[in-house]
Amino acid sequence: MQAWLDSLIARGDFGARPDAALAYGIAMAIACALVLALIALPFASIVTWVERRVWARIQSRVGPNRVGPQGFLQWLADGVKHVCKEDLAPEEADARLFKLAPWLVALGFFLPWAVMPFSSALILADLNVGILYLTAVTALTVVGVLMAGWASNNKWSLLGGIRSAAQIVSYEIPAGLSILPVVLMSGTLSMEGIIRAQGWAPQSWFLFANPFCVPAATILFISGLAENNRTPFDLPEAESELVAGFATEYTGMRYLLFYMAEWGNMFVSAAIVATLFLGGWRAPALSRSAVAMNTIEFAVFNLKVLTIVFVSMWVRGTLPRVRIDQMMALCWKYFVPIAFVDLLGTAGWVALWPDGNPIASWLLLACAAAGIVLFVRRVAIYARRSRMELRLRPTS
Amino acid sequence: MGVASYFRQIREAVVTIVDGMAVSASHLIRRPYTIQYPDRLERRVQETLPFRYRGILDVDLEICTGCLACERACPIDCIAMAIEKNAQTREIVISQFDIDIAKCMYCGLCSEPCPTGAIHHTTEFEGSDFSLESLILRFVNEPVVAYKPKKGPEPDPELARMLGAGMRYVDEWAQPAADKPAARSAAPVKPAPSAGPPDAKA
Repeated sequence: MQAWLDSLIARGDFGARPDAALAYGIAMAIACALVLALIALPFASIVTWVERRVWARIQSRVGPNRVGPQGFLQWLADGVKHVCKEDLAPEEADARLFKLAPWLVALGFFLPWAVMPFSSALILADLNVGILYLTAVTALTVVGVLMAGWASNNKWSLLGGIRSAAQIVSYEIPAGLSILPVVLMSGTLSMEGIIRAQGWAPQSWFLFANPFCVPAATILFISGLAENNRTPFDLPEAESELVAGFATEYTGMRYLLFYMAEWGNMFVSAAIVATLFLGGWRAPALSRSAVAMNTIEFAVFNLKVLTIVFVSMWVRGTLPRVRIDQMMALCWKYFVPIAFVDLLGTAGWVALWPDGNPIASWLLLACAAAGIVLFVRRVAIYARRSRMELRLRPTS
Repeated sequence: MGVASYFRQIREAVVTIVDGMAVSASHLIRRPYTIQYPDRLERRVQETLPFRYRGILDVDLEICTGCLACERACPIDCIAMAIEKNAQTREIVISQFDIDIAKCMYCGLCSEPCPTGAIHHTTEFEGSDFSLESLILRFVNEPVVAYKPKKGPEPDPELARMLGAGMRYVDEWAQPAADKPAARSAAPVKPAPSAGPPDAKA
Protein backbone atom coordinates (compact mmCIF):
# COMPACT_ATOMS: atom_id res chain seq x y z
CA MET A 1 0.00 0.00 0.00
CA GLN A 2 2.67 2.43 1.10
CA ALA A 3 4.93 1.17 -1.65
CA TRP A 4 2.20 1.82 -4.22
CA LEU A 5 1.65 5.36 -2.94
CA ASP A 6 5.39 5.92 -2.98
CA SER A 7 5.52 4.80 -6.61
CA LEU A 8 2.70 7.23 -7.46
CA ILE A 9 4.72 10.00 -5.89
CA ALA A 10 7.84 8.91 -7.72
CA ARG A 11 5.89 8.99 -10.98
CA GLY A 12 4.93 12.55 -10.19
CA ASP A 13 1.17 12.03 -9.82
CA PHE A 14 1.22 14.04 -6.66
CA GLY A 15 3.85 16.33 -8.16
CA ALA A 16 4.84 19.46 -6.45
CA ARG A 17 1.33 20.21 -5.25
CA PRO A 18 1.40 21.57 -1.72
CA ASP A 19 -1.36 19.25 -0.49
CA ALA A 20 0.52 16.10 -1.54
CA ALA A 21 1.41 15.24 2.06
CA LEU A 22 -2.22 15.65 3.08
CA ALA A 23 -3.45 13.44 0.24
CA TYR A 24 -0.83 10.87 1.17
CA GLY A 25 -1.97 10.89 4.78
CA ILE A 26 -5.63 10.56 3.84
CA ALA A 27 -4.91 7.71 1.45
CA MET A 28 -2.96 5.85 4.12
CA ALA A 29 -5.74 6.42 6.67
CA ILE A 30 -8.33 5.04 4.25
CA ALA A 31 -6.15 2.03 3.56
CA CYS A 32 -5.70 1.39 7.30
CA ALA A 33 -9.43 1.72 7.89
CA LEU A 34 -10.12 -0.72 5.05
CA VAL A 35 -7.76 -3.34 6.46
CA LEU A 36 -9.29 -2.97 9.92
CA ALA A 37 -12.86 -2.99 8.68
CA LEU A 38 -12.50 -5.76 6.11
CA ILE A 39 -10.10 -8.12 7.83
CA ALA A 40 -9.35 -7.34 11.48
CA LEU A 41 -12.83 -6.74 12.85
CA PRO A 42 -14.66 -9.45 10.88
CA PHE A 43 -11.98 -11.92 11.92
CA ALA A 44 -12.17 -10.92 15.59
CA SER A 45 -15.93 -11.34 15.62
CA ILE A 46 -16.45 -14.38 13.42
CA VAL A 47 -13.66 -16.30 15.11
CA THR A 48 -15.72 -16.31 18.32
CA TRP A 49 -18.37 -18.41 16.61
CA VAL A 50 -15.77 -20.66 14.96
CA GLU A 51 -13.97 -21.21 18.23
CA ARG A 52 -17.16 -22.00 20.12
CA ARG A 53 -18.12 -24.54 17.48
CA VAL A 54 -14.66 -26.12 17.57
CA TRP A 55 -14.63 -26.40 21.38
CA ALA A 56 -18.13 -27.78 21.31
CA ARG A 57 -17.12 -30.55 18.95
CA ILE A 58 -14.04 -31.30 21.06
CA GLN A 59 -16.36 -31.65 24.05
CA SER A 60 -18.87 -33.74 22.03
CA ARG A 61 -21.38 -30.90 22.02
CA VAL A 62 -22.98 -29.06 19.11
CA GLY A 63 -22.22 -25.45 19.98
CA PRO A 64 -24.15 -22.34 18.97
CA ASN A 65 -26.21 -23.34 15.92
CA ARG A 66 -29.42 -21.36 16.20
CA VAL A 67 -28.68 -17.85 14.89
CA GLY A 68 -28.49 -17.99 11.14
CA PRO A 69 -27.28 -20.98 9.10
CA GLN A 70 -25.39 -23.28 11.47
CA GLY A 71 -25.36 -20.41 13.98
CA PHE A 72 -23.08 -18.36 11.76
CA LEU A 73 -24.63 -15.05 12.86
CA GLN A 74 -24.03 -15.76 16.55
CA TRP A 75 -21.19 -13.25 16.61
CA LEU A 76 -23.56 -10.56 15.34
CA ALA A 77 -26.14 -11.35 18.00
CA ASP A 78 -23.49 -11.28 20.73
CA GLY A 79 -22.09 -8.01 19.44
CA VAL A 80 -25.48 -6.30 19.23
CA LYS A 81 -26.29 -7.51 22.71
CA HIS A 82 -23.08 -6.08 24.13
CA VAL A 83 -23.53 -2.76 22.38
CA CYS A 84 -27.03 -2.45 23.80
CA LYS A 85 -25.83 -2.89 27.38
CA GLU A 86 -25.48 0.04 29.73
CA ASP A 87 -22.00 1.51 29.98
CA LEU A 88 -21.29 1.38 33.70
CA ALA A 89 -18.31 2.62 35.70
CA PRO A 90 -18.11 1.73 39.40
CA GLU A 91 -18.54 4.65 41.77
CA GLU A 92 -15.18 4.16 43.45
CA ALA A 93 -13.34 3.51 40.18
CA ASP A 94 -10.94 5.99 38.63
CA ALA A 95 -13.43 6.79 35.89
CA ARG A 96 -11.03 8.39 33.43
CA LEU A 97 -8.51 5.56 33.46
CA PHE A 98 -11.31 3.01 33.64
CA LYS A 99 -12.81 4.33 30.42
CA LEU A 100 -9.46 4.73 28.69
CA ALA A 101 -8.13 1.24 29.38
CA PRO A 102 -10.16 -0.76 26.82
CA TRP A 103 -9.15 1.66 24.09
CA LEU A 104 -5.48 1.10 24.86
CA VAL A 105 -6.04 -2.64 24.61
CA ALA A 106 -7.88 -2.12 21.34
CA LEU A 107 -5.03 0.09 20.13
CA GLY A 108 -2.62 -2.74 20.90
CA PHE A 109 -4.81 -4.88 18.66
CA PHE A 110 -5.15 -2.33 15.83
CA LEU A 111 -1.54 -1.22 15.47
CA PRO A 112 -0.01 -4.58 14.41
CA TRP A 113 -2.18 -4.58 11.28
CA ALA A 114 -0.01 -1.83 9.82
CA VAL A 115 2.74 -4.34 9.08
CA MET A 116 0.59 -7.39 8.40
CA PRO A 117 2.01 -8.89 5.17
CA PHE A 118 -1.09 -10.23 3.41
CA SER A 119 0.69 -10.57 0.06
CA SER A 120 3.63 -9.17 -1.83
CA ALA A 121 1.76 -5.90 -2.47
CA LEU A 122 -0.94 -5.94 0.21
CA ILE A 123 0.89 -4.54 3.18
CA LEU A 124 0.00 -1.22 4.69
CA ALA A 125 3.56 -0.19 5.44
CA ASP A 126 6.57 -2.42 4.95
CA LEU A 127 8.60 -0.95 7.80
CA ASN A 128 12.26 -1.87 7.80
CA VAL A 129 11.86 -2.64 11.52
CA GLY A 130 8.57 -4.49 10.98
CA ILE A 131 8.97 -7.38 13.40
CA LEU A 132 10.47 -5.13 16.07
CA TYR A 133 7.49 -2.81 15.65
CA LEU A 134 5.16 -5.79 16.07
CA THR A 135 6.71 -6.94 19.34
CA ALA A 136 6.61 -3.35 20.57
CA VAL A 137 2.98 -2.56 19.81
CA THR A 138 1.55 -5.91 20.89
CA ALA A 139 3.04 -5.23 24.34
CA LEU A 140 0.87 -2.10 24.50
CA THR A 141 -1.95 -4.38 25.61
CA VAL A 142 -0.26 -4.80 28.96
CA VAL A 143 -0.63 -1.10 29.73
CA GLY A 144 -4.35 -1.22 29.05
CA VAL A 145 -4.85 -4.41 31.04
CA LEU A 146 -2.92 -3.11 34.04
CA MET A 147 -4.77 0.19 33.81
CA ALA A 148 -8.10 -1.63 33.74
CA GLY A 149 -7.11 -3.71 36.73
CA TRP A 150 -5.97 -0.72 38.74
CA ALA A 151 -8.76 1.68 37.81
CA SER A 152 -11.55 -0.80 38.54
CA ASN A 153 -10.82 -0.52 42.28
CA ASN A 154 -11.55 -4.19 42.69
CA LYS A 155 -9.27 -6.87 44.14
CA TRP A 156 -10.05 -9.36 41.42
CA SER A 157 -9.46 -6.84 38.69
CA LEU A 158 -6.19 -5.74 40.23
CA LEU A 159 -4.96 -9.31 40.68
CA GLY A 160 -5.99 -10.12 37.13
CA GLY A 161 -4.24 -7.05 35.79
CA ILE A 162 -1.05 -7.79 37.71
CA ARG A 163 -1.07 -11.41 36.62
CA SER A 164 -1.57 -10.36 33.04
CA ALA A 165 1.24 -7.83 33.22
CA ALA A 166 3.62 -10.37 34.75
CA GLN A 167 2.64 -12.91 32.15
CA ILE A 168 2.89 -10.69 29.09
CA VAL A 169 6.17 -9.12 30.15
CA SER A 170 7.70 -12.52 30.97
CA TYR A 171 6.67 -14.13 27.74
CA GLU A 172 7.93 -11.19 25.68
CA ILE A 173 11.44 -12.47 26.41
CA PRO A 174 11.22 -16.00 24.95
CA ALA A 175 9.09 -14.60 22.11
CA GLY A 176 11.71 -11.98 21.30
CA LEU A 177 14.52 -14.51 21.59
CA SER A 178 12.83 -16.92 19.21
CA ILE A 179 12.29 -14.16 16.67
CA LEU A 180 16.03 -13.51 16.58
CA PRO A 181 17.06 -16.78 14.84
CA VAL A 182 14.89 -15.78 11.89
CA VAL A 183 16.44 -12.33 11.85
CA LEU A 184 19.86 -13.98 11.85
CA MET A 185 18.97 -16.13 8.86
CA SER A 186 17.15 -13.52 6.81
CA GLY A 187 19.31 -10.56 7.78
CA THR A 188 16.32 -8.21 7.89
CA LEU A 189 13.63 -7.04 10.28
CA SER A 190 11.12 -6.19 7.57
CA MET A 191 8.12 -8.54 7.36
CA GLU A 192 8.24 -8.67 3.56
CA GLY A 193 12.01 -9.15 3.62
CA ILE A 194 11.69 -12.12 5.98
CA ILE A 195 9.05 -13.70 3.76
CA ARG A 196 11.08 -13.08 0.61
CA ALA A 197 14.03 -14.83 2.26
CA GLN A 198 11.93 -18.00 2.34
CA GLY A 199 10.46 -20.03 -0.50
CA TRP A 200 6.98 -21.34 -1.13
CA ALA A 201 7.94 -24.98 -0.62
CA PRO A 202 8.01 -26.27 2.96
CA GLN A 203 11.67 -27.26 2.87
CA SER A 204 12.62 -23.66 2.18
CA TRP A 205 10.62 -22.35 5.15
CA PHE A 206 12.59 -21.11 8.11
CA LEU A 207 10.79 -23.70 10.24
CA PHE A 208 12.93 -26.39 8.65
CA ALA A 209 16.04 -24.29 8.04
CA ASN A 210 17.89 -25.88 10.94
CA PRO A 211 17.07 -28.11 13.92
CA PHE A 212 16.89 -25.12 16.27
CA CYS A 213 14.05 -23.49 14.42
CA VAL A 214 11.37 -26.02 15.32
CA PRO A 215 11.67 -25.38 19.08
CA ALA A 216 11.98 -21.66 18.37
CA ALA A 217 8.71 -21.69 16.40
CA THR A 218 7.01 -23.72 19.14
CA ILE A 219 8.15 -21.28 21.79
CA LEU A 220 6.97 -18.36 19.69
CA PHE A 221 3.56 -19.99 19.23
CA ILE A 222 3.16 -20.81 22.94
CA SER A 223 4.37 -17.35 23.95
CA GLY A 224 1.75 -15.96 21.61
CA LEU A 225 -0.89 -17.95 23.47
CA ALA A 226 0.43 -16.60 26.76
CA GLU A 227 0.55 -13.01 25.55
CA ASN A 228 -3.05 -13.22 24.37
CA ASN A 229 -4.13 -14.62 27.76
CA ARG A 230 -5.44 -17.73 26.11
CA THR A 231 -5.87 -21.11 27.72
CA PRO A 232 -3.76 -22.73 29.15
CA PHE A 233 -2.41 -19.32 30.16
CA ASP A 234 -5.70 -17.52 30.84
CA LEU A 235 -4.79 -16.85 34.47
CA PRO A 236 -5.72 -13.15 34.27
CA GLU A 237 -9.31 -14.20 33.59
CA ALA A 238 -9.34 -17.37 35.68
CA GLU A 239 -13.05 -17.28 36.42
CA SER A 240 -12.85 -19.74 39.30
CA GLU A 241 -10.42 -17.47 41.12
CA LEU A 242 -10.82 -13.97 39.74
CA VAL A 243 -14.37 -13.78 38.32
CA ALA A 244 -13.29 -12.22 35.00
CA GLY A 245 -9.94 -10.76 36.06
CA PHE A 246 -9.26 -7.27 34.80
CA ALA A 247 -12.58 -7.22 32.93
CA THR A 248 -14.69 -7.92 36.03
CA GLU A 249 -16.13 -4.41 36.33
CA TYR A 250 -16.61 -3.80 32.63
CA THR A 251 -19.89 -3.96 30.80
CA GLY A 252 -21.18 -3.66 27.28
CA MET A 253 -19.03 -2.09 24.64
CA ARG A 254 -15.92 -1.71 26.79
CA TYR A 255 -16.05 -5.36 27.82
CA LEU A 256 -16.47 -6.23 24.17
CA LEU A 257 -13.34 -4.27 23.27
CA PHE A 258 -11.22 -6.38 25.63
CA TYR A 259 -12.51 -9.58 24.12
CA MET A 260 -12.31 -8.29 20.58
CA ALA A 261 -8.63 -7.56 21.19
CA GLU A 262 -8.10 -10.94 22.79
CA TRP A 263 -9.71 -12.90 19.97
CA GLY A 264 -8.29 -10.68 17.27
CA ASN A 265 -4.79 -11.00 18.64
CA MET A 266 -5.00 -14.68 17.81
CA PHE A 267 -4.69 -13.63 14.18
CA VAL A 268 -1.78 -11.33 14.95
CA SER A 269 0.28 -13.89 16.83
CA ALA A 270 -0.56 -16.58 14.30
CA ALA A 271 0.49 -14.21 11.52
CA ILE A 272 3.83 -13.63 13.26
CA VAL A 273 4.48 -17.38 13.38
CA ALA A 274 3.33 -17.81 9.77
CA THR A 275 5.51 -14.95 8.58
CA LEU A 276 8.63 -15.91 10.44
CA PHE A 277 8.61 -19.67 10.11
CA LEU A 278 6.02 -20.81 7.58
CA GLY A 279 6.95 -18.72 4.58
CA GLY A 280 4.17 -16.14 4.95
CA TRP A 281 2.39 -15.47 1.67
CA ARG A 282 4.93 -17.31 -0.48
CA ALA A 283 3.14 -19.15 -3.26
CA PRO A 284 4.36 -20.84 -6.45
CA ALA A 285 4.27 -18.51 -9.48
CA LEU A 286 1.03 -19.80 -11.00
CA SER A 287 0.03 -16.66 -12.82
CA ARG A 288 1.68 -13.75 -14.54
CA SER A 289 -0.96 -11.26 -13.59
CA ALA A 290 -0.03 -9.29 -10.48
CA VAL A 291 -3.65 -9.18 -9.30
CA ALA A 292 -4.12 -12.95 -9.58
CA MET A 293 -0.77 -13.56 -7.94
CA ASN A 294 -1.63 -11.29 -5.05
CA THR A 295 -4.97 -13.04 -4.61
CA ILE A 296 -3.24 -16.41 -4.43
CA GLU A 297 -0.70 -15.06 -1.98
CA PHE A 298 -3.45 -13.55 0.15
CA ALA A 299 -5.22 -16.91 0.24
CA VAL A 300 -2.01 -18.78 1.09
CA PHE A 301 -1.16 -16.39 3.90
CA ASN A 302 -4.65 -16.57 5.38
CA LEU A 303 -4.71 -20.34 5.06
CA LYS A 304 -1.51 -20.60 7.07
CA VAL A 305 -2.68 -18.11 9.67
CA LEU A 306 -6.08 -19.75 10.07
CA THR A 307 -4.45 -23.15 10.44
CA ILE A 308 -2.38 -21.83 13.33
CA VAL A 309 -5.47 -20.15 14.80
CA PHE A 310 -7.25 -23.50 14.59
CA VAL A 311 -4.38 -25.17 16.43
CA SER A 312 -4.62 -22.59 19.20
CA MET A 313 -8.38 -23.27 19.49
CA TRP A 314 -7.58 -26.94 19.63
CA VAL A 315 -5.00 -26.35 22.38
CA ARG A 316 -7.60 -24.35 24.26
CA GLY A 317 -10.01 -27.24 24.01
CA THR A 318 -7.39 -29.70 25.20
CA LEU A 319 -5.26 -28.30 28.00
CA PRO A 320 -6.40 -27.18 31.43
CA ARG A 321 -5.24 -23.90 32.89
CA VAL A 322 -1.76 -23.97 34.43
CA ARG A 323 -0.96 -22.65 37.87
CA ILE A 324 0.75 -19.26 38.08
CA ASP A 325 4.02 -20.70 39.40
CA GLN A 326 3.96 -23.36 36.69
CA MET A 327 3.44 -20.66 34.10
CA MET A 328 6.40 -18.66 35.39
CA ALA A 329 8.55 -21.79 35.69
CA LEU A 330 7.69 -22.71 32.10
CA CYS A 331 8.77 -19.29 30.92
CA TRP A 332 11.94 -18.74 32.92
CA LYS A 333 13.23 -22.27 33.46
CA TYR A 334 12.38 -23.78 30.11
CA PHE A 335 11.53 -21.28 27.40
CA VAL A 336 14.21 -18.68 28.05
CA PRO A 337 17.14 -21.15 28.17
CA ILE A 338 15.85 -23.10 25.19
CA ALA A 339 15.34 -19.90 23.22
CA PHE A 340 18.92 -18.89 24.01
CA VAL A 341 20.20 -22.27 22.84
CA ASP A 342 18.14 -21.83 19.65
CA LEU A 343 19.64 -18.41 19.08
CA LEU A 344 23.22 -19.61 19.61
CA GLY A 345 22.64 -22.75 17.60
CA THR A 346 21.20 -20.81 14.69
CA ALA A 347 24.10 -18.37 14.88
CA GLY A 348 26.52 -21.31 14.62
CA TRP A 349 24.49 -22.82 11.80
CA VAL A 350 24.45 -19.59 9.84
CA ALA A 351 28.22 -19.28 10.36
CA LEU A 352 28.71 -22.82 8.98
CA TRP A 353 26.17 -22.67 6.14
CA PRO A 354 25.37 -19.04 5.34
CA ASP A 355 23.03 -20.04 2.51
CA GLY A 356 21.29 -22.79 4.41
CA ASN A 357 21.74 -26.54 4.34
CA PRO A 358 19.22 -28.20 2.00
CA ILE A 359 19.98 -31.74 3.25
CA ALA A 360 19.14 -30.77 6.83
CA SER A 361 15.97 -29.01 5.64
CA TRP A 362 14.79 -32.06 3.74
CA LEU A 363 15.58 -34.30 6.73
CA LEU A 364 13.64 -32.04 9.09
CA LEU A 365 10.73 -31.89 6.68
CA ALA A 366 10.73 -35.68 6.45
CA CYS A 367 10.77 -35.92 10.25
CA ALA A 368 7.85 -33.48 10.46
CA ALA A 369 5.88 -35.43 7.85
CA ALA A 370 6.54 -38.69 9.71
CA GLY A 371 5.44 -37.04 12.94
CA ILE A 372 2.20 -35.87 11.35
CA VAL A 373 1.51 -39.36 9.99
CA LEU A 374 2.11 -40.91 13.42
CA PHE A 375 -0.11 -38.29 14.99
CA VAL A 376 -2.94 -38.94 12.54
CA ARG A 377 -2.70 -42.67 13.29
CA ARG A 378 -2.88 -41.89 17.00
CA VAL A 379 -6.01 -39.82 16.36
CA ALA A 380 -7.50 -42.71 14.41
CA ILE A 381 -6.82 -45.08 17.32
CA TYR A 382 -8.58 -42.76 19.73
CA ALA A 383 -11.46 -42.23 17.32
CA ARG A 384 -11.95 -45.99 17.03
CA ARG A 385 -11.91 -46.29 20.81
CA SER A 386 -14.53 -43.56 21.10
CA ARG A 387 -16.73 -45.37 18.58
CA MET A 388 -16.75 -48.35 20.90
CA GLU A 389 -17.81 -46.08 23.72
CA LEU A 390 -20.62 -44.82 21.51
CA ARG A 391 -22.11 -48.31 21.40
CA LEU A 392 -22.45 -48.18 25.16
CA ARG A 393 -24.25 -44.88 24.89
CA PRO A 394 -27.27 -45.14 27.19
CA THR A 395 -29.55 -42.77 25.31
CA SER A 396 -29.29 -44.20 21.81
CA MET B 1 16.80 -30.73 39.65
CA GLY B 2 19.35 -32.69 37.65
CA VAL B 3 20.02 -32.26 33.98
CA ALA B 4 18.53 -35.65 33.17
CA SER B 5 15.25 -34.89 34.93
CA TYR B 6 15.12 -31.49 33.22
CA PHE B 7 15.18 -33.08 29.80
CA ARG B 8 12.87 -35.87 30.92
CA GLN B 9 10.35 -33.27 32.00
CA ILE B 10 10.51 -31.53 28.63
CA ARG B 11 10.06 -34.84 26.85
CA GLU B 12 7.17 -35.82 29.08
CA ALA B 13 5.45 -32.48 28.57
CA VAL B 14 5.74 -32.73 24.80
CA VAL B 15 4.59 -36.35 24.64
CA THR B 16 1.63 -35.91 26.96
CA ILE B 17 0.46 -32.70 25.29
CA VAL B 18 0.66 -34.26 21.83
CA ASP B 19 -1.23 -37.30 23.10
CA GLY B 20 -3.87 -35.07 24.66
CA MET B 21 -4.19 -33.20 21.38
CA ALA B 22 -4.76 -36.53 19.63
CA VAL B 23 -7.54 -37.37 22.09
CA SER B 24 -9.30 -34.06 21.55
CA ALA B 25 -8.85 -34.36 17.78
CA SER B 26 -10.56 -37.73 17.90
CA HIS B 27 -13.48 -36.07 19.66
CA LEU B 28 -13.50 -33.39 16.98
CA ILE B 29 -14.34 -35.92 14.28
CA ARG B 30 -16.98 -37.85 16.19
CA ARG B 31 -20.67 -37.14 16.38
CA PRO B 32 -21.78 -34.85 19.20
CA TYR B 33 -23.70 -36.38 22.06
CA THR B 34 -26.09 -33.46 22.41
CA ILE B 35 -29.79 -34.18 22.04
CA GLN B 36 -31.24 -30.95 20.70
CA TYR B 37 -34.48 -31.02 22.66
CA PRO B 38 -37.16 -30.00 21.86
CA ASP B 39 -37.24 -29.01 18.19
CA ARG B 40 -34.35 -30.71 16.41
CA LEU B 41 -35.10 -34.36 17.00
CA GLU B 42 -35.88 -37.11 14.56
CA ARG B 43 -38.62 -38.34 16.89
CA ARG B 44 -40.30 -36.59 19.78
CA VAL B 45 -38.76 -37.54 23.11
CA GLN B 46 -42.19 -38.77 24.21
CA GLU B 47 -42.06 -41.44 21.53
CA THR B 48 -38.70 -42.73 22.71
CA LEU B 49 -39.75 -43.15 26.34
CA PRO B 50 -40.60 -46.59 27.69
CA PHE B 51 -44.20 -47.79 27.99
CA ARG B 52 -43.96 -47.71 31.78
CA TYR B 53 -42.87 -44.06 31.88
CA ARG B 54 -44.89 -42.16 34.47
CA GLY B 55 -45.86 -39.01 32.67
CA ILE B 56 -49.05 -37.01 32.87
CA LEU B 57 -52.10 -39.14 33.73
CA ASP B 58 -54.70 -39.92 31.13
CA VAL B 59 -58.10 -41.59 31.38
CA ASP B 60 -59.81 -43.65 28.71
CA LEU B 61 -63.30 -42.75 29.82
CA GLU B 62 -64.81 -45.27 27.39
CA ILE B 63 -63.46 -48.18 29.42
CA CYS B 64 -63.76 -46.61 32.88
CA THR B 65 -65.97 -48.76 35.12
CA GLY B 66 -66.61 -45.99 37.61
CA CYS B 67 -65.39 -48.16 40.49
CA LEU B 68 -63.67 -45.24 42.28
CA ALA B 69 -60.64 -47.44 43.07
CA CYS B 70 -58.27 -44.78 41.75
CA GLU B 71 -59.86 -42.02 43.77
CA ARG B 72 -59.50 -44.09 46.93
CA ALA B 73 -55.94 -45.10 46.09
CA CYS B 74 -54.69 -41.56 45.49
CA PRO B 75 -52.62 -40.59 48.55
CA ILE B 76 -52.96 -36.87 47.95
CA ASP B 77 -56.53 -36.74 46.72
CA CYS B 78 -55.83 -35.19 43.38
CA ILE B 79 -58.53 -37.28 41.70
CA ALA B 80 -62.09 -36.02 42.13
CA MET B 81 -64.85 -38.33 40.87
CA ALA B 82 -68.63 -38.18 41.09
CA ILE B 83 -70.85 -41.12 40.11
CA GLU B 84 -74.56 -41.74 40.23
CA LYS B 85 -76.27 -45.09 40.17
CA ASN B 86 -79.34 -45.42 38.00
CA ALA B 87 -81.75 -47.50 40.09
CA GLN B 88 -83.70 -48.98 37.15
CA THR B 89 -80.99 -49.88 34.67
CA ARG B 90 -78.35 -50.48 37.39
CA GLU B 91 -75.95 -48.45 35.29
CA ILE B 92 -73.28 -46.24 36.77
CA VAL B 93 -73.17 -42.72 35.40
CA ILE B 94 -69.93 -40.80 35.75
CA SER B 95 -70.61 -37.09 36.05
CA GLN B 96 -67.18 -35.87 37.10
CA PHE B 97 -63.66 -37.16 36.64
CA ASP B 98 -61.06 -34.47 37.40
CA ILE B 99 -57.38 -34.95 38.00
CA ASP B 100 -55.43 -32.04 39.42
CA ILE B 101 -52.19 -32.68 37.58
CA ALA B 102 -50.51 -29.85 39.50
CA LYS B 103 -50.95 -31.84 42.72
CA CYS B 104 -50.22 -35.23 41.20
CA MET B 105 -46.92 -36.72 42.33
CA TYR B 106 -46.79 -39.40 39.61
CA CYS B 107 -46.72 -42.26 42.13
CA GLY B 108 -48.86 -44.48 39.92
CA LEU B 109 -50.93 -45.83 42.81
CA CYS B 110 -54.14 -44.92 40.98
CA SER B 111 -53.39 -47.01 37.90
CA GLU B 112 -52.46 -50.03 40.01
CA PRO B 113 -55.96 -51.00 41.20
CA CYS B 114 -57.74 -49.96 38.00
CA PRO B 115 -59.54 -53.08 36.71
CA THR B 116 -59.38 -52.07 33.03
CA GLY B 117 -56.32 -49.88 32.90
CA ALA B 118 -58.50 -46.89 32.03
CA ILE B 119 -56.41 -44.54 34.16
CA HIS B 120 -52.78 -44.71 33.21
CA HIS B 121 -49.68 -42.62 32.83
CA THR B 122 -48.66 -41.46 29.42
CA THR B 123 -45.18 -40.59 28.18
CA GLU B 124 -46.23 -36.94 27.91
CA PHE B 125 -44.27 -34.75 30.30
CA GLU B 126 -44.50 -31.25 28.84
CA GLY B 127 -47.15 -29.89 31.17
CA SER B 128 -46.26 -26.25 31.62
CA ASP B 129 -49.21 -23.90 31.36
CA PHE B 130 -50.15 -20.35 32.21
CA SER B 131 -52.51 -21.06 35.09
CA LEU B 132 -53.00 -23.61 37.83
CA GLU B 133 -56.65 -23.86 36.83
CA SER B 134 -55.79 -25.25 33.41
CA LEU B 135 -53.71 -27.96 35.06
CA ILE B 136 -56.88 -29.61 36.32
CA LEU B 137 -57.67 -32.19 33.69
CA ARG B 138 -61.43 -32.60 33.29
CA PHE B 139 -62.28 -35.81 31.50
CA VAL B 140 -66.08 -35.63 31.77
CA ASN B 141 -67.89 -32.95 29.85
CA GLU B 142 -71.36 -34.43 30.21
CA PRO B 143 -72.32 -37.45 32.33
CA VAL B 144 -71.46 -40.74 30.66
CA VAL B 145 -72.45 -44.28 31.38
CA ALA B 146 -69.61 -46.30 32.83
CA TYR B 147 -68.17 -49.28 31.00
CA LYS B 148 -69.38 -52.69 31.98
CA PRO B 149 -66.95 -55.59 31.54
CA LYS B 150 -68.24 -58.23 29.12
CA LYS B 151 -68.07 -61.98 29.65
CA GLY B 152 -66.32 -62.76 26.38
CA PRO B 153 -63.95 -60.68 24.26
CA GLU B 154 -64.94 -57.10 23.61
CA PRO B 155 -66.84 -56.85 20.29
CA ASP B 156 -66.21 -53.14 19.65
CA PRO B 157 -62.75 -52.95 18.01
CA GLU B 158 -62.06 -49.43 19.30
CA LEU B 159 -62.85 -50.42 22.89
CA ALA B 160 -60.90 -53.66 22.41
CA ARG B 161 -57.83 -51.69 21.40
CA MET B 162 -58.11 -49.46 24.47
CA LEU B 163 -58.65 -52.46 26.72
CA GLY B 164 -55.67 -54.23 25.24
CA ALA B 165 -53.40 -51.29 25.97
CA GLY B 166 -54.94 -50.80 29.39
CA MET B 167 -54.63 -54.42 30.41
CA ARG B 168 -51.06 -54.54 29.19
CA TYR B 169 -50.45 -51.56 31.43
CA VAL B 170 -52.08 -53.20 34.43
CA ASP B 171 -50.39 -56.55 33.79
CA GLU B 172 -46.96 -55.06 33.57
CA TRP B 173 -47.66 -53.26 36.77
CA ALA B 174 -48.37 -56.56 38.46
CA GLN B 175 -45.01 -57.97 37.42
CA PRO B 176 -42.32 -55.42 38.11
CA ALA B 177 -39.47 -57.89 37.55
CA ALA B 178 -38.93 -58.78 33.95
CA ASP B 179 -37.75 -62.30 34.78
CA LYS B 180 -41.16 -63.54 35.98
CA PRO B 181 -43.29 -63.83 32.84
CA ALA B 182 -45.57 -66.48 34.38
CA ALA B 183 -47.03 -64.24 37.08
CA ARG B 184 -50.12 -62.87 35.37
CA SER B 185 -52.63 -60.96 37.40
CA ALA B 186 -56.15 -62.29 37.61
CA ALA B 187 -57.75 -59.59 35.57
CA PRO B 188 -61.51 -59.38 35.41
CA VAL B 189 -61.39 -58.80 31.70
CA LYS B 190 -59.29 -60.86 29.35
CA PRO B 191 -57.06 -58.70 27.14
CA ALA B 192 -58.35 -58.56 23.61
CA PRO B 193 -56.43 -60.79 21.16
CA SER B 194 -55.44 -57.84 19.01
CA ALA B 195 -53.52 -55.83 21.57
CA GLY B 196 -53.04 -52.23 20.55
CA PRO B 197 -49.69 -50.50 20.05
CA PRO B 198 -47.67 -50.05 23.24
CA ASP B 199 -48.40 -46.40 23.69
CA ALA B 200 -51.79 -45.96 22.16
CA LYS B 201 -52.51 -42.73 23.96
CA ALA B 202 -50.43 -39.63 23.44
